[in-house]
Amino acid sequence: MKVQLTRLAHARSGDKGDTANVGLIALRAEVYPILVREVTAERVKKHFTGIVHGDVERFELPNLGALNFLLHESLGGGGTLSLMTDAQGKTFSTALLRMEIEVSDEEARKLE
Amino acid sequence: MRQKIRIAAGQGFWGDLPEAPVRQVEGGPIDYLMLDYLAEVTMSIMQKQKARDPNAGYARDFIPLMKRILSACVERDIKVTANAGGVNVRGCANALIEVARELGLAGKVRIGIVTGDDILPRIDELLARGIELRNMDTEEPLSTVRESIQSANVYLGAAPLVEALQQGAQIVITGRATDTGLTLAPLIHEFGWATNDWNHLAAGTIAGHIIECGAQASGGNCQYEWRSIPDLANVGFPIVEAAPDGTFVITKHEGTGGRVNVPSIKEQLVYEMGDPHQYITPDCVADFTTIRLQDEGRDRVRVFGIEGRPATEFLKVSISYSAGFKAVGTLVYAWPDAYEKAQAADKILRARLDRLGLRFDHMLTEFVGVNATHGPLAHGSSSGEPRADIPEVQLRVGVRGQDRSAIERFTKEIAPLILTGPPAVTGFAGGRPKVEEIVAYWPALIPKREIEPKVEVLDA
Repeated sequence: MKVQLTRLAHARSGDKGDTANVGLIALRAEVYPILVREVTAERVKKHFTGIVHGDVERFELPNLGALNFLLHESLGGGGTLSLMTDAQGKTFSTALLRMEIEVSDEEARKLE
Repeated sequence: MRQKIRIAAGQGFWGDLPEAPVRQVEGGPIDYLMLDYLAEVTMSIMQKQKARDPNAGYARDFIPLMKRILSACVERDIKVTANAGGVNVRGCANALIEVARELGLAGKVRIGIVTGDDILPRIDELLARGIELRNMDTEEPLSTVRESIQSANVYLGAAPLVEALQQGAQIVITGRATDTGLTLAPLIHEFGWATNDWNHLAAGTIAGHIIECGAQASGGNCQYEWRSIPDLANVGFPIVEAAPDGTFVITKHEGTGGRVNVPSIKEQLVYEMGDPHQYITPDCVADFTTIRLQDEGRDRVRVFGIEGRPATEFLKVSISYSAGFKAVGTLVYAWPDAYEKAQAADKILRARLDRLGLRFDHMLTEFVGVNATHGPLAHGSSSGEPRADIPEVQLRVGVRGQDRSAIERFTKEIAPLILTGPPAVTGFAGGRPKVEEIVAYWPALIPKREIEPKVEVLDA
Protein backbone atom coordinates (compact mmCIF):
# COMPACT_ATOMS: atom_id res chain seq x y z
CA MET A 1 0.00 0.00 0.00
CA LYS A 2 1.04 3.64 -0.45
CA VAL A 3 2.04 5.89 2.44
CA GLN A 4 3.24 9.46 2.42
CA LEU A 5 6.82 10.04 3.63
CA THR A 6 5.64 12.51 6.24
CA ARG A 7 4.45 9.51 8.28
CA LEU A 8 7.91 7.92 8.21
CA ALA A 9 10.43 10.73 8.29
CA HIS A 10 11.31 14.30 9.15
CA ALA A 11 13.65 16.45 7.10
CA ARG A 12 15.68 19.64 6.80
CA SER A 13 16.89 21.28 3.60
CA GLY A 14 19.32 23.99 2.59
CA ASP A 15 21.40 25.25 -0.32
CA LYS A 16 24.85 25.32 -1.85
CA GLY A 17 24.68 27.55 -4.89
CA ASP A 18 22.10 26.21 -7.35
CA THR A 19 21.97 22.85 -5.53
CA ALA A 20 19.44 22.15 -2.80
CA ASN A 21 20.16 19.47 -0.21
CA VAL A 22 17.46 17.55 1.61
CA GLY A 23 18.33 15.45 4.64
CA LEU A 24 15.60 12.85 5.15
CA ILE A 25 15.60 11.36 8.66
CA ALA A 26 13.69 8.22 9.73
CA LEU A 27 11.29 8.91 12.60
CA ARG A 28 12.26 5.50 14.05
CA ALA A 29 15.27 3.25 13.47
CA GLU A 30 13.21 0.41 11.96
CA VAL A 31 11.89 2.73 9.25
CA TYR A 32 15.36 3.52 7.86
CA PRO A 33 15.67 0.36 5.69
CA ILE A 34 12.32 1.21 4.08
CA LEU A 35 13.64 4.67 3.18
CA VAL A 36 16.82 3.13 1.73
CA ARG A 37 14.74 0.71 -0.37
CA GLU A 38 12.02 3.09 -1.57
CA VAL A 39 13.41 6.61 -1.69
CA THR A 40 15.91 6.19 -4.51
CA ALA A 41 17.64 9.02 -6.33
CA GLU A 42 15.63 8.20 -9.48
CA ARG A 43 12.29 8.39 -7.67
CA VAL A 44 13.24 11.65 -5.97
CA LYS A 45 14.20 13.10 -9.35
CA LYS A 46 10.80 12.04 -10.72
CA HIS A 47 8.99 13.42 -7.66
CA PHE A 48 10.61 16.83 -8.24
CA THR A 49 9.75 16.95 -11.96
CA GLY A 50 9.57 20.55 -13.09
CA ILE A 51 11.55 21.71 -10.04
CA VAL A 52 14.88 19.89 -10.24
CA HIS A 53 16.51 20.31 -13.65
CA GLY A 54 19.82 18.52 -12.96
CA ASP A 55 20.81 15.20 -11.42
CA VAL A 56 19.82 13.90 -8.00
CA GLU A 57 22.54 12.29 -5.85
CA ARG A 58 21.85 10.20 -2.76
CA PHE A 59 24.10 9.49 0.23
CA GLU A 60 23.38 7.08 3.08
CA LEU A 61 23.96 7.84 6.76
CA PRO A 62 22.93 4.64 8.59
CA ASN A 63 24.42 6.05 11.80
CA LEU A 64 21.78 8.81 11.80
CA GLY A 65 19.05 6.78 10.10
CA ALA A 66 19.17 9.43 7.39
CA LEU A 67 19.55 9.88 3.64
CA ASN A 68 21.01 13.02 2.11
CA PHE A 69 19.89 14.12 -1.35
CA LEU A 70 21.59 16.68 -3.54
CA LEU A 71 19.16 18.23 -6.03
CA HIS A 72 21.24 19.94 -8.68
CA GLU A 73 20.00 22.89 -10.76
CA SER A 74 16.93 23.44 -8.65
CA LEU A 75 17.15 26.96 -7.22
CA GLY A 76 16.81 29.24 -10.25
CA GLY A 77 20.54 29.96 -10.35
CA GLY A 78 20.91 29.93 -6.58
CA GLY A 79 21.87 32.58 -4.03
CA THR A 80 21.32 36.17 -5.09
CA LEU A 81 20.75 35.22 -8.76
CA SER A 82 17.54 33.36 -7.95
CA LEU A 83 14.15 35.07 -8.28
CA MET A 84 12.42 32.36 -6.25
CA THR A 85 10.65 33.00 -2.94
CA ASP A 86 12.58 30.00 -1.63
CA ALA A 87 15.97 30.74 -3.17
CA GLN A 88 17.66 28.81 -0.34
CA GLY A 89 15.59 25.66 -0.78
CA LYS A 90 14.42 25.78 2.82
CA THR A 91 11.02 24.27 2.00
CA PHE A 92 12.33 21.45 -0.21
CA SER A 93 12.31 19.36 2.99
CA THR A 94 8.54 19.20 3.24
CA ALA A 95 8.22 19.03 -0.55
CA LEU A 96 10.05 15.68 -0.34
CA LEU A 97 7.81 14.59 2.55
CA ARG A 98 4.85 14.83 0.13
CA MET A 99 6.24 11.83 -1.75
CA GLU A 100 4.32 8.56 -1.55
CA ILE A 101 6.14 5.26 -1.25
CA GLU A 102 5.11 1.60 -1.37
CA VAL A 103 5.18 -0.42 1.86
CA SER A 104 4.01 -3.94 2.66
CA ASP A 105 0.92 -4.49 4.84
CA GLU A 106 3.18 -5.67 7.64
CA GLU A 107 5.33 -2.53 7.41
CA ALA A 108 2.19 -0.40 7.31
CA ARG A 109 0.93 -2.01 10.53
CA LYS A 110 4.19 -1.10 12.28
CA LEU A 111 3.65 2.55 11.34
CA GLU A 112 0.39 2.70 13.30
CA MET B 1 44.37 21.05 31.40
CA ARG B 2 40.69 21.74 31.91
CA GLN B 3 38.53 18.64 31.54
CA LYS B 4 35.48 20.43 30.21
CA ILE B 5 35.07 23.51 28.02
CA ARG B 6 31.73 25.16 27.35
CA ILE B 7 31.39 27.01 24.06
CA ALA B 8 28.17 28.93 23.52
CA ALA B 9 26.75 29.98 20.15
CA GLY B 10 25.54 33.59 20.18
CA GLN B 11 24.73 34.40 16.53
CA GLY B 12 23.91 32.08 13.65
CA PHE B 13 24.08 34.83 11.02
CA TRP B 14 24.38 38.62 10.75
CA GLY B 15 20.91 39.65 11.84
CA ASP B 16 20.20 36.85 14.31
CA LEU B 17 18.39 37.51 17.64
CA PRO B 18 20.20 40.47 19.24
CA GLU B 19 19.50 39.23 22.78
CA ALA B 20 20.89 35.73 22.24
CA PRO B 21 24.57 36.36 23.02
CA VAL B 22 23.66 38.44 26.07
CA ARG B 23 21.58 35.55 27.40
CA GLN B 24 24.38 33.09 26.71
CA VAL B 25 26.72 35.19 28.86
CA GLU B 26 24.22 35.88 31.64
CA GLY B 27 22.22 32.63 31.66
CA GLY B 28 24.81 30.25 33.11
CA PRO B 29 28.46 29.23 33.04
CA ILE B 30 30.30 29.37 29.70
CA ASP B 31 33.99 29.58 28.78
CA TYR B 32 33.71 30.81 25.20
CA LEU B 33 31.16 32.75 23.18
CA MET B 34 31.16 31.99 19.44
CA LEU B 35 29.64 34.53 17.06
CA ASP B 36 29.18 33.67 13.38
CA TYR B 37 28.32 36.74 11.31
CA LEU B 38 29.32 35.90 7.77
CA ALA B 39 27.17 34.40 5.03
CA GLU B 40 28.39 33.93 1.49
CA VAL B 41 27.30 37.31 0.19
CA THR B 42 28.05 39.29 3.36
CA MET B 43 31.64 40.03 2.34
CA SER B 44 30.58 41.89 -0.80
CA ILE B 45 28.08 44.01 1.13
CA MET B 46 30.86 44.90 3.55
CA GLN B 47 33.29 45.64 0.70
CA LYS B 48 30.78 48.20 -0.65
CA GLN B 49 30.32 49.77 2.78
CA LYS B 50 34.09 50.10 3.15
CA ALA B 51 34.39 51.73 -0.28
CA ARG B 52 32.00 54.46 0.92
CA ASP B 53 33.51 54.75 4.41
CA PRO B 54 37.02 53.46 5.18
CA ASN B 55 36.00 52.88 8.83
CA ALA B 56 33.13 50.55 7.85
CA GLY B 57 33.11 47.06 6.35
CA TYR B 58 32.57 44.89 9.43
CA ALA B 59 29.54 43.56 11.36
CA ARG B 60 28.52 46.77 13.11
CA ASP B 61 26.13 44.99 15.48
CA PHE B 62 29.16 43.42 17.13
CA ILE B 63 30.28 46.68 18.75
CA PRO B 64 27.06 47.61 20.66
CA LEU B 65 26.79 43.94 21.64
CA MET B 66 30.29 43.94 23.11
CA LYS B 67 29.47 47.16 24.94
CA ARG B 68 26.78 45.21 26.78
CA ILE B 69 28.77 42.07 27.56
CA LEU B 70 32.48 42.94 27.60
CA SER B 71 32.64 43.76 31.33
CA ALA B 72 31.00 40.43 32.22
CA CYS B 73 33.30 38.58 29.83
CA VAL B 74 36.39 40.13 31.42
CA GLU B 75 35.14 39.53 34.94
CA ARG B 76 34.35 35.87 34.33
CA ASP B 77 37.13 35.22 31.82
CA ILE B 78 34.78 34.37 28.96
CA LYS B 79 36.63 34.45 25.67
CA VAL B 80 34.98 35.44 22.39
CA THR B 81 35.63 34.18 18.87
CA ALA B 82 33.88 36.15 16.14
CA ASN B 83 34.21 36.53 12.37
CA ALA B 84 32.76 40.01 12.82
CA GLY B 85 35.74 41.70 11.13
CA GLY B 86 34.41 41.23 7.61
CA VAL B 87 36.65 43.15 5.21
CA ASN B 88 37.90 45.56 7.90
CA VAL B 89 39.16 43.50 10.82
CA ARG B 90 41.37 46.32 12.06
CA GLY B 91 38.52 48.83 11.96
CA CYS B 92 36.40 46.43 13.98
CA ALA B 93 39.22 45.94 16.52
CA ASN B 94 39.72 49.71 16.85
CA ALA B 95 36.02 50.22 17.53
CA LEU B 96 36.18 47.46 20.15
CA ILE B 97 39.24 49.03 21.82
CA GLU B 98 37.31 52.29 22.08
CA VAL B 99 34.44 50.43 23.78
CA ALA B 100 36.84 48.73 26.21
CA ARG B 101 38.28 52.10 27.20
CA GLU B 102 34.82 53.61 27.64
CA LEU B 103 34.02 50.74 29.99
CA GLY B 104 37.17 51.37 32.02
CA LEU B 105 38.76 48.15 30.81
CA ALA B 106 41.91 49.74 29.32
CA GLY B 107 44.83 47.38 29.88
CA LYS B 108 42.49 44.55 30.84
CA VAL B 109 41.51 43.20 27.43
CA ARG B 110 43.72 41.73 24.75
CA ILE B 111 42.23 41.60 21.27
CA GLY B 112 43.50 39.16 18.68
CA ILE B 113 43.02 39.97 15.02
CA VAL B 114 43.34 37.51 12.16
CA THR B 115 43.91 38.83 8.65
CA GLY B 116 45.35 37.53 5.39
CA ASP B 117 42.06 36.23 4.00
CA ASP B 118 41.57 39.14 1.59
CA ILE B 119 43.12 38.29 -1.79
CA LEU B 120 41.30 40.94 -3.85
CA PRO B 121 44.52 42.94 -4.47
CA ARG B 122 46.29 39.73 -5.59
CA ILE B 123 43.77 38.44 -8.14
CA ASP B 124 45.66 39.52 -11.27
CA GLU B 125 48.96 38.25 -9.93
CA LEU B 126 47.37 34.87 -9.10
CA LEU B 127 45.69 34.57 -12.51
CA ALA B 128 48.96 35.53 -14.23
CA ARG B 129 50.72 32.67 -12.43
CA GLY B 130 48.16 30.19 -13.74
CA ILE B 131 46.01 29.90 -10.62
CA GLU B 132 42.71 29.99 -12.45
CA LEU B 133 40.27 30.15 -9.52
CA ARG B 134 37.72 28.20 -11.55
CA ASN B 135 34.14 28.18 -10.30
CA MET B 136 33.75 25.00 -8.23
CA ASP B 137 30.19 24.52 -9.49
CA THR B 138 30.42 25.46 -13.17
CA GLU B 139 34.20 24.95 -13.84
CA GLU B 140 34.34 28.33 -15.62
CA PRO B 141 37.66 30.22 -15.24
CA LEU B 142 37.53 33.42 -13.17
CA SER B 143 38.73 35.46 -16.16
CA THR B 144 35.13 35.37 -17.50
CA VAL B 145 33.98 37.70 -14.69
CA ARG B 146 37.31 39.39 -13.89
CA GLU B 147 36.04 42.93 -14.47
CA SER B 148 33.02 42.44 -12.21
CA ILE B 149 34.76 41.11 -9.09
CA GLN B 150 33.88 42.96 -5.89
CA SER B 151 35.51 40.87 -3.17
CA ALA B 152 37.70 37.79 -2.83
CA ASN B 153 38.32 36.17 0.54
CA VAL B 154 39.87 32.89 1.53
CA TYR B 155 38.15 30.82 4.21
CA LEU B 156 40.81 30.58 6.95
CA GLY B 157 40.74 27.68 9.39
CA ALA B 158 41.23 27.40 13.13
CA ALA B 159 45.05 27.68 13.20
CA PRO B 160 45.41 31.50 13.27
CA LEU B 161 42.68 31.77 15.92
CA VAL B 162 44.55 29.24 18.06
CA GLU B 163 47.69 31.35 17.72
CA ALA B 164 45.81 34.46 18.86
CA LEU B 165 44.40 32.60 21.88
CA GLN B 166 47.88 31.33 22.74
CA GLN B 167 49.14 34.89 22.70
CA GLY B 168 46.59 35.70 25.37
CA ALA B 169 43.78 37.19 23.31
CA GLN B 170 40.45 37.38 25.12
CA ILE B 171 38.52 38.47 22.05
CA VAL B 172 39.54 37.09 18.65
CA ILE B 173 38.19 38.92 15.60
CA THR B 174 38.60 37.46 12.14
CA GLY B 175 37.54 38.26 8.61
CA ARG B 176 36.47 35.32 6.43
CA ALA B 177 37.27 32.49 8.84
CA THR B 178 35.17 29.33 8.62
CA ASP B 179 32.16 29.09 10.89
CA THR B 180 33.44 25.79 12.28
CA GLY B 181 36.93 27.16 13.03
CA LEU B 182 35.42 29.59 15.55
CA THR B 183 34.43 26.59 17.69
CA LEU B 184 37.34 24.29 16.86
CA ALA B 185 40.03 26.85 17.75
CA PRO B 186 39.16 27.10 21.47
CA LEU B 187 39.19 23.29 21.71
CA ILE B 188 42.62 22.99 20.09
CA HIS B 189 43.89 25.77 22.36
CA GLU B 190 42.48 24.32 25.57
CA PHE B 191 43.10 20.62 24.95
CA GLY B 192 46.36 20.90 23.02
CA TRP B 193 45.13 18.76 20.12
CA ALA B 194 47.84 18.18 17.49
CA THR B 195 47.46 19.60 13.98
CA ASN B 196 47.34 16.05 12.62
CA ASP B 197 45.01 14.60 15.25
CA TRP B 198 42.33 14.18 12.56
CA ASN B 199 39.68 12.48 14.68
CA HIS B 200 39.73 15.20 17.32
CA LEU B 201 39.86 17.98 14.74
CA ALA B 202 36.87 16.39 12.98
CA ALA B 203 35.01 16.20 16.30
CA GLY B 204 35.61 19.90 17.00
CA THR B 205 34.58 20.74 13.43
CA ILE B 206 31.30 18.86 13.77
CA ALA B 207 30.67 20.53 17.13
CA GLY B 208 31.11 23.80 15.26
CA HIS B 209 28.75 22.73 12.48
CA ILE B 210 26.05 21.84 15.02
CA ILE B 211 26.08 25.23 16.76
CA GLU B 212 27.01 27.55 13.87
CA CYS B 213 23.36 28.18 12.95
CA GLY B 214 22.40 29.09 16.49
CA ALA B 215 18.98 27.92 17.65
CA GLN B 216 18.53 25.76 14.55
CA ALA B 217 20.15 23.05 16.75
CA SER B 218 18.01 23.74 19.81
CA GLY B 219 14.43 23.66 18.58
CA GLY B 220 14.26 26.46 16.02
CA ASN B 221 13.08 25.47 12.53
CA CYS B 222 12.71 21.93 13.87
CA GLN B 223 10.09 19.69 12.22
CA TYR B 224 10.24 16.85 14.70
CA GLU B 225 7.19 17.24 16.98
CA TRP B 226 7.34 21.01 16.37
CA ARG B 227 4.07 21.74 18.15
CA SER B 228 5.41 20.47 21.46
CA ILE B 229 8.71 22.38 21.45
CA PRO B 230 8.43 24.58 24.54
CA ASP B 231 8.73 28.35 24.80
CA LEU B 232 10.46 29.28 21.54
CA ALA B 233 9.86 32.91 22.52
CA ASN B 234 12.64 32.37 25.04
CA VAL B 235 14.68 29.92 22.95
CA GLY B 236 18.03 28.90 24.40
CA PHE B 237 20.92 28.90 21.93
CA PRO B 238 23.08 25.75 21.84
CA ILE B 239 26.16 25.16 23.96
CA VAL B 240 28.94 22.62 23.31
CA GLU B 241 30.32 20.97 26.43
CA ALA B 242 33.51 19.40 25.15
CA ALA B 243 36.00 16.96 26.67
CA PRO B 244 39.69 16.47 25.78
CA ASP B 245 38.93 13.04 24.23
CA GLY B 246 36.90 14.65 21.42
CA THR B 247 33.48 13.70 22.74
CA PHE B 248 30.99 16.42 23.56
CA VAL B 249 27.48 17.16 24.73
CA ILE B 250 25.16 19.66 23.07
CA THR B 251 22.98 21.43 25.60
CA LYS B 252 21.52 24.88 26.45
CA HIS B 253 21.10 27.00 29.55
CA GLU B 254 18.62 25.97 32.26
CA GLY B 255 15.34 27.85 32.16
CA THR B 256 15.43 28.61 28.45
CA GLY B 257 12.96 27.47 25.80
CA GLY B 258 13.48 25.27 22.79
CA ARG B 259 14.66 21.68 22.81
CA VAL B 260 17.90 19.76 22.41
CA ASN B 261 17.32 16.09 21.62
CA VAL B 262 18.58 13.52 19.13
CA PRO B 263 16.08 14.53 16.39
CA SER B 264 16.87 18.25 16.75
CA ILE B 265 20.60 17.55 16.41
CA LYS B 266 20.06 15.20 13.46
CA GLU B 267 18.14 17.92 11.63
CA GLN B 268 20.99 20.37 12.08
CA LEU B 269 23.63 17.77 11.12
CA VAL B 270 22.07 17.26 7.68
CA TYR B 271 21.60 21.01 7.08
CA GLU B 272 23.55 22.19 4.00
CA MET B 273 25.23 18.81 3.81
CA GLY B 274 27.06 17.64 0.69
CA ASP B 275 28.83 14.27 0.60
CA PRO B 276 28.64 13.19 4.26
CA HIS B 277 31.87 11.16 3.95
CA GLN B 278 33.86 14.30 3.28
CA TYR B 279 32.97 17.54 4.99
CA ILE B 280 36.01 19.52 3.90
CA THR B 281 37.38 22.38 5.99
CA PRO B 282 40.84 23.98 6.10
CA ASP B 283 41.53 21.97 9.27
CA CYS B 284 40.52 18.41 8.34
CA VAL B 285 38.05 16.26 6.41
CA ALA B 286 35.25 15.18 8.76
CA ASP B 287 33.22 12.02 8.17
CA PHE B 288 29.58 12.55 9.14
CA THR B 289 28.84 8.83 8.75
CA THR B 290 30.86 8.14 11.92
CA ILE B 291 28.85 10.42 14.22
CA ARG B 292 27.06 8.71 17.13
CA LEU B 293 24.30 10.45 19.08
CA GLN B 294 22.74 9.57 22.40
CA ASP B 295 20.17 11.33 24.55
CA GLU B 296 21.69 12.07 27.93
CA GLY B 297 18.84 13.49 29.95
CA ARG B 298 16.72 16.54 29.31
CA ASP B 299 18.14 18.91 26.67
CA ARG B 300 21.44 17.05 26.55
CA VAL B 301 22.72 15.03 23.57
CA ARG B 302 26.03 13.21 23.71
CA VAL B 303 28.05 13.16 20.44
CA PHE B 304 30.89 10.67 20.03
CA GLY B 305 32.67 8.24 17.69
CA ILE B 306 33.68 10.93 15.17
CA GLU B 307 36.44 10.15 12.71
CA GLY B 308 38.34 12.45 10.41
CA ARG B 309 40.99 12.40 7.72
CA PRO B 310 43.87 14.69 6.70
CA ALA B 311 43.06 18.16 5.44
CA THR B 312 43.40 18.84 1.72
CA GLU B 313 46.08 21.04 0.16
CA PHE B 314 43.52 23.67 -0.80
CA LEU B 315 41.53 26.47 0.77
CA LYS B 316 38.16 27.63 -0.45
CA VAL B 317 37.86 31.16 -1.80
CA SER B 318 34.65 33.15 -1.66
CA ILE B 319 34.58 35.59 -4.58
CA SER B 320 31.72 37.96 -5.26
CA TYR B 321 31.00 39.69 -8.56
CA SER B 322 28.36 42.00 -10.06
CA ALA B 323 25.92 39.95 -12.10
CA GLY B 324 23.29 42.37 -13.35
CA PHE B 325 20.03 43.57 -11.81
CA LYS B 326 16.74 42.22 -10.55
CA ALA B 327 13.39 43.37 -9.18
CA VAL B 328 10.40 41.60 -7.68
CA GLY B 329 6.85 43.00 -7.67
CA THR B 330 3.81 41.71 -5.77
CA LEU B 331 0.04 42.29 -5.68
CA VAL B 332 -2.66 40.52 -3.68
CA TYR B 333 -5.92 39.25 -5.26
CA ALA B 334 -8.93 38.51 -3.05
CA TRP B 335 -11.86 36.08 -3.22
CA PRO B 336 -13.68 35.20 -5.39
CA ASP B 337 -11.58 33.53 -8.10
CA ALA B 338 -8.41 34.91 -6.54
CA TYR B 339 -6.04 32.48 -8.29
CA GLU B 340 -7.72 32.93 -11.66
CA LYS B 341 -7.48 36.71 -11.36
CA ALA B 342 -3.81 36.57 -10.37
CA GLN B 343 -3.13 34.34 -13.40
CA ALA B 344 -4.99 36.77 -15.66
CA ALA B 345 -3.01 39.70 -14.26
CA ASP B 346 0.25 37.86 -14.95
CA LYS B 347 -0.77 37.34 -18.59
CA ILE B 348 -1.66 41.03 -18.98
CA LEU B 349 1.64 42.08 -17.41
CA ARG B 350 3.64 39.80 -19.70
CA ALA B 351 1.79 41.07 -22.79
CA ARG B 352 2.56 44.68 -21.84
CA LEU B 353 6.25 43.91 -21.22
CA ASP B 354 6.36 42.16 -24.59
CA ARG B 355 4.82 45.11 -26.36
CA LEU B 356 7.46 47.36 -24.78
CA GLY B 357 10.09 45.06 -26.26
CA LEU B 358 11.67 44.42 -22.87
CA ARG B 359 13.90 41.36 -22.66
CA PHE B 360 15.09 39.69 -19.47
CA ASP B 361 17.55 36.88 -18.78
CA HIS B 362 14.95 35.36 -16.54
CA MET B 363 11.37 36.06 -15.50
CA LEU B 364 9.54 34.10 -12.82
CA THR B 365 5.90 34.21 -11.73
CA GLU B 366 4.85 32.65 -8.44
CA PHE B 367 1.41 32.53 -6.84
CA VAL B 368 1.97 32.79 -3.10
CA GLY B 369 -0.73 30.80 -1.34
CA VAL B 370 -0.87 28.34 -4.24
CA ASN B 371 2.52 27.15 -5.46
CA ALA B 372 5.40 29.48 -4.51
CA THR B 373 7.23 26.95 -2.37
CA HIS B 374 6.28 23.51 -3.67
CA GLY B 375 5.63 24.32 -7.33
CA PRO B 376 3.80 21.58 -9.27
CA LEU B 377 3.94 19.33 -6.16
CA ALA B 378 1.38 21.61 -4.52
CA HIS B 379 -1.18 20.29 -7.02
CA GLY B 380 -0.22 16.67 -6.37
CA SER B 381 -2.66 13.81 -5.98
CA SER B 382 -3.03 14.36 -2.24
CA SER B 383 -3.85 18.07 -2.31
CA GLY B 384 -5.68 18.37 -5.65
CA GLU B 385 -6.15 21.56 -7.68
CA PRO B 386 -6.12 24.84 -5.77
CA ARG B 387 -9.61 25.52 -4.43
CA ALA B 388 -11.74 27.95 -6.42
CA ASP B 389 -12.75 29.60 -3.15
CA ILE B 390 -9.17 30.20 -1.96
CA PRO B 391 -9.45 33.41 0.11
CA GLU B 392 -6.51 35.26 -1.45
CA VAL B 393 -3.46 34.82 -3.65
CA GLN B 394 -0.34 36.94 -3.88
CA LEU B 395 0.97 37.41 -7.42
CA ARG B 396 4.77 37.64 -7.24
CA VAL B 397 6.71 38.40 -10.42
CA GLY B 398 10.50 38.69 -10.61
CA VAL B 399 12.80 39.66 -13.46
CA ARG B 400 16.57 39.54 -13.85
CA GLY B 401 18.82 40.96 -16.55
CA GLN B 402 21.95 42.90 -17.44
CA ASP B 403 20.14 46.02 -18.64
CA ARG B 404 19.21 48.19 -15.67
CA SER B 405 16.76 50.31 -17.67
CA ALA B 406 14.69 47.24 -18.62
CA ILE B 407 14.42 46.20 -14.97
CA GLU B 408 13.59 49.80 -14.05
CA ARG B 409 10.77 49.84 -16.62
CA PHE B 410 9.38 46.57 -15.25
CA THR B 411 8.99 48.15 -11.80
CA LYS B 412 6.64 50.77 -13.31
CA GLU B 413 4.29 48.13 -14.74
CA ILE B 414 3.11 46.58 -11.44
CA ALA B 415 0.97 49.28 -9.78
CA PRO B 416 -0.98 50.12 -12.99
CA LEU B 417 -2.43 46.59 -12.87
CA ILE B 418 -4.59 47.75 -9.96
CA LEU B 419 -6.63 50.14 -12.14
CA THR B 420 -6.12 48.39 -15.46
CA GLY B 421 -6.42 44.69 -14.66
CA PRO B 422 -8.63 42.12 -12.90
CA PRO B 423 -10.64 43.32 -9.84
CA ALA B 424 -10.39 42.85 -6.04
CA VAL B 425 -6.69 43.62 -5.93
CA THR B 426 -4.60 45.36 -3.27
CA GLY B 427 -1.24 45.26 -1.53
CA PHE B 428 0.73 48.01 -3.16
CA ALA B 429 1.38 50.19 -0.11
CA GLY B 430 5.14 49.72 -0.37
CA GLY B 431 5.48 51.67 -3.61
CA ARG B 432 7.35 50.56 -6.73
CA PRO B 433 9.60 47.54 -6.40
CA LYS B 434 13.27 48.44 -5.94
CA VAL B 435 15.86 47.58 -8.54
CA GLU B 436 18.58 45.54 -6.85
CA GLU B 437 22.12 45.11 -8.05
CA ILE B 438 22.92 41.40 -8.01
CA VAL B 439 26.15 40.41 -6.34
CA ALA B 440 26.70 36.76 -7.12
CA TYR B 441 28.91 34.22 -5.44
CA TRP B 442 31.84 32.43 -7.07
CA PRO B 443 33.33 29.59 -5.04
CA ALA B 444 36.87 28.52 -5.99
CA LEU B 445 39.91 26.71 -4.60
CA ILE B 446 43.41 28.04 -4.00
CA PRO B 447 46.54 26.08 -2.96
CA LYS B 448 47.20 26.52 0.77
CA ARG B 449 50.81 27.54 0.19
CA GLU B 450 49.58 30.79 -1.42
CA ILE B 451 47.98 32.03 1.78
CA GLU B 452 49.67 33.29 4.92
CA PRO B 453 47.26 34.25 7.71
CA LYS B 454 48.51 37.06 9.96
CA VAL B 455 47.88 37.23 13.68
CA GLU B 456 48.27 40.30 15.88
CA VAL B 457 47.31 40.80 19.49
CA LEU B 458 46.44 44.36 20.55
CA ASP B 459 46.02 45.78 24.05
CA ALA B 460 42.93 47.83 24.73
